[in-house]
Amino acid sequence: MLEFLIEHTWLQALIKMALLILAFVMPLASLSTWAERRQSAMMQDRLGPNRAELRLGSIELRLWGILHFVADALKMVFKEDVVPARANRFLFGLAPILAIAPVIITFAIIPFGSDLCVGHAFEVLRDPASMCTSTIPLQVARIDQGFLFYFALASLAVYGTTLAGWASYNKWSLLGGLRASSQMMSYEVTMGLSLMGAFLIYGTLEPHAMVLAQGPTPSSWGIVTQPLAFFIFLTAAIAETKRAPFDLPEGEPEIIGYFVEYSGMRFGIFFLAEFVETIFLAAVVTTVFLGGWQVPWLYPDGFHLMGWTLELPHLAVVLIQLVVWSLKIIVLCWLQLLIRWTLPRFRPDQLMRLGWKQLLPASLINIVVTAGVVLARSGGR
Amino acid sequence: MTVDYAPTLVALLFGLGFSCLFMALAVLFGPKRGGETKLSPFECGSDPIGSPRVRFSVKFYQVAILFLIFDIEAAFLYPWASQFRRLSCIGPMAGLSCLGTVTLFGFVEMLVFLGTLGVALAYVWRKRAIGWG
Repeated sequence: MLEFLIEHTWLQALIKMALLILAFVMPLASLSTWAERRQSAMMQDRLGPNRAELRLGSIELRLWGILHFVADALKMVFKEDVVPARANRFLFGLAPILAIAPVIITFAIIPFGSDLCVGHAFEVLRDPASMCTSTIPLQVARIDQGFLFYFALASLAVYGTTLAGWASYNKWSLLGGLRASSQMMSYEVTMGLSLMGAFLIYGTLEPHAMVLAQGPTPSSWGIVTQPLAFFIFLTAAIAETKRAPFDLPEGEPEIIGYFVEYSGMRFGIFFLAEFVETIFLAAVVTTVFLGGWQVPWLYPDGFHLMGWTLELPHLAVVLIQLVVWSLKIIVLCWLQLLIRWTLPRFRPDQLMRLGWKQLLPASLINIVVTAGVVLARSGGR
Repeated sequence: MTVDYAPTLVALLFGLGFSCLFMALAVLFGPKRGGETKLSPFECGSDPIGSPRVRFSVKFYQVAILFLIFDIEAAFLYPWASQFRRLSCIGPMAGLSCLGTVTLFGFVEMLVFLGTLGVALAYVWRKRAIGWG
């Protein structure tokens, strides 16, 4: 069975992709719709959603309103499917797909654990290089140009929002689509350039190699070696997700946004895409700046800290890495919720000034300085 | 080293299939009742005035052109960034550190490239093509 999987990489990839998306990303995205409403309620001194309940005979399950997302999903599926009379039907249907498909596909490059060493699950890996002859990588697609793949696909998401705005045949959605396209394009440049410093340090574009380069010592993680890039990337990437304080394309009280004519599950896709994007952003930040699946002082054979050692079997090491990786992502998602409900919306001129006149020059300077430091230290070390 | 692209293709198909499934849910289960008012463009409850195919500010177009220029710049920088240590080392390398002579070649080449783009950025800045007014 395992040999079959190792030989047939496409089947392996399908299983890993299904597990990653269906067992991690989708549940987390659904839960974060609930978490966002509860978090905003807490910050605004309200109760928030707490009424959805499941009645099984005499048992009433309320669970702090967690079931609201189930109710929301069901509602969206069975709502009327409205396509405006003068809308371009093909593009109107294509736009939501273009909004969510790229972000789901790019999850393929995210490594979520160290390579599984087949046949040594319950042994301590003292010498992984010679012991592991066949491995299953815990990453769907390991390609050398990993981050190039991500940026190439991420720029497709712009089409989703712009086409939604144009195809709806509505003034508000056109305005929203235009705002979204100019905002996403402005910040995409900065996003790509801000990570360049990290690529210089790790000497690769491949996410798994980056995680390995950071190692289990937190002082060599990206957030320590590239602190400026961390802040620039986080800001630019939040602008890419079009959430407050960068929610001008949506602008709830004024233009409602590029999806104003969308209803039911068609709207639901845009809504879900936004939350999947926050999770993906968290996954990228984790990979580049927070050591990915690395756990502080956890090596392939167990914990090593200041002469103190705790040996662990391979499977336990991988499980700890998986849990810590998930925790890093959940914390970063929560950080985005806090930012979203703390900061007020930018004005368009402030948005453009921040992107082009502050973040872009800062990321260019960051590249030059990082290249200089890497050069100065690349002699004997 | 050969790279296996089958998983990438699987990911592409999975992502597309998954999104189309959601779309199918909307089309299959959503009832369709229609009605002239419901299907007319939403404009805050009043009758739509004019066509939504209006002219829009040229600034959006400007931003798109500037995006193209600077994004291509970024595309040129990716290979440079991942091969930077190799470019600045004459002789053998051990992992990420250079065993031979360190050279300024890669660094200076990129300074010239970034410098040119810096001048371009300064130019569009002076011409007020970036920023909103």
